[in-house]
Amino acid sequence: MSNTQQLEDLTTQVRRDILRMVHKVNSGHPGGSLGCAEFFVALYKEIMDRKDTFDMDGIGEDLFFLSNGHISPVFYSVLARTGYFPVEELNTFRLIDSRLQGHPTTHEGLPGIRVASGSLGQGMSVAIGAAQAKKLNNDTHLIYSLHGDGELQEGQNWEAIMYASGNNVDNLISTIDLNGQQIDGATDDVLPMGSIKDKFEAFGWTVVEINQGNNIEAILEGMAVAKSKTGKGKPVCVLLKTVMGNGVDFMMHTHAWHGKAPNDEQLAIGLEQNAETLGDY
Amino acid sequence: MLSTKRKGLLKIKELIKQIPTFVGITMKTYTNTGNKDTRSGFGAGLTELGQTNEKVVALCADLIGSLKMDDFKKNHPERFFQVGIAEANMIGMAAGLTIGGKIPFTGTFANFSTGRVYDQIRQSVAYSDKNVKICASHAGLTLGEDGATHQILEDIGLMKMLPGMTVINTCDYNQTKAATIAIAEHQGPVYLRFGRPSVPNFTAEDQKFEIGKALQLTEGADVTIVATGHLVWEALEAAKVLNEKGISAEVINIHTIKPLDDEAIIKSVKKTGCVVTAEEHNYLGGLGESVARVLSLNHPTPQEFVATQDTFGESGTPAQLMDKYGLNSASIIKAAEKVVKRKK
Repeated sequence: MSNTQQLEDLTTQVRRDILRMVHKVNSGHPGGSLGCAEFFVALYKEIMDRKDTFDMDGIGEDLFFLSNGHISPVFYSVLARTGYFPVEELNTFRLIDSRLQGHPTTHEGLPGIRVASGSLGQGMSVAIGAAQAKKLNNDTHLIYSLHGDGELQEGQNWEAIMYASGNNVDNLISTIDLNGQQIDGATDDVLPMGSIKDKFEAFGWTVVEINQGNNIEAILEGMAVAKSKTGKGKPVCVLLKTVMGNGVDFMMHTHAWHGKAPNDEQLAIGLEQNAETLGDY
Repeated sequence: MLSTKRKGLLKIKELIKQIPTFVGITMKTYTNTGNKDTRSGFGAGLTELGQTNEKVVALCADLIGSLKMDDFKKNHPERFFQVGIAEANMIGMAAGLTIGGKIPFTGTFANFSTGRVYDQIRQSVAYSDKNVKICASHAGLTLGEDGATHQILEDIGLMKMLPGMTVINTCDYNQTKAATIAIAEHQGPVYLRFGRPSVPNFTAEDQKFEIGKALQLTEGADVTIVATGHLVWEALEAAKVLNEKGISAEVINIHTIKPLDDEAIIKSVKKTGCVVTAEEHNYLGGLGESVARVLSLNHPTPQEFVATQDTFGESGTPAQLMDKYGLNSASIIKAAEKVVKRKK
């Protein structure tokens, strides 16, 4: 168990990693990555019961699936800093011959990745399949997944959401990153979806809300509640309210940094706001 | 009264007629042991796998009866997933089920197995290297009366373009059953294509199905006929008639379109000097194009394509449709006669 300070230190370092990765190749998605930094740190350091080594089948451990694959910088940083591959490899993000592709893939053999994602809306179905495999294997570990709120506009999600409740997939905790932003602007402007909570509840899911999705303690508390709701016949949805670009003031509360890298000056400001805690790669 | 001379002439004509017949005696023939649908071969194979392989799971998108998956569902309800009319979710779930060591077989019509879920297959299955078996019935025109919305003629092309995807199109009940069992042992994504109607069942009941291995059905010297799926029997029928016409045809049953058995095709064509490809699919993206590529690289050869000509299908009986769109033995005969004349 880590204390909150340790988790916060790691989060700060992860933010630095994200900024430096996208800056170096002048591409990638910092906004959503920064918004989910606390969630990833909490998930990999505290919430999931996982093995130290990676094998694809993941029998006897909790598994995580990232559906909104464009936030690969945060995923890669946390995977590296929790021991799946060398931290130095973050240097190769989006470069030719790298295992750290623009969007996560199993194809290059990067430990920690169990399915490719990037084309949106597919991750929940995969998570449900993995959850059903766990049940068939009498494996009581859980499946976690993360999805963007804008991503819910993809219809396949609703096929999956319907299936999971209709078939009592109750070993699944799907988290929705509610940052209210997508590429073209606010989700409410691009395609208003109404209440996501009402929708999940209407589809028969148990919904847990984490209103401070950038607060580690709030995340730990909320995810503990979510975990306590598993095994009761219903899939569990966590609505994680986050701020896109969190931790870098000029990137916050806007969709502008969804898929844009900072320039040298902006990187310097961002790094100034996030002290080097564990050592840059 | 016929003159002696006239009698003699008739006798010679009679003898000439017998020459091709004589050639025919040497041609290997196949017996239809009774018409059966290929999808029932899939169902039977899946039933057997249910008993022999604990890892095999099956998913279906509201077409259990059509896909003949009833037995598997009845025998192994815990390993059967009815997903409803939601093919995208089915493909994603199948990818997920492999994580944990399962071997998922998905079942729906060919159109809904491919075109409808192309990106799901591309990202969650093929690019993710998942061991999913996409099993597709009602492929092609022989679906019949439901018409073009359901008669996919592009699926072979769609699937063969995906890196790492194995593409199989079986010709009869026995071969479909054998293929279904064989693909469970193959590590990697597979597209298994079969059909709706009852067609001649003529391959061996106890055959061992080898992925990527072409089967030479007849030996011939004048033309190679490379056929897949329902067109294999038509090719055999065509070969008989061609034989009577003095054209000896080597029929190759290509059940695996990818990886293609290049060697078998090159070997045969080097002998015959020309080829007809026959498939229930658009000529664009089908078996014919794969064969043409192999030959253009290795042994450029005149080729004729028995396939649909970049068109959608329509309602009708399977036989009417195969006739109208030129996918039967008559079309193969015509193509063979044409291609033989193109030889230099």
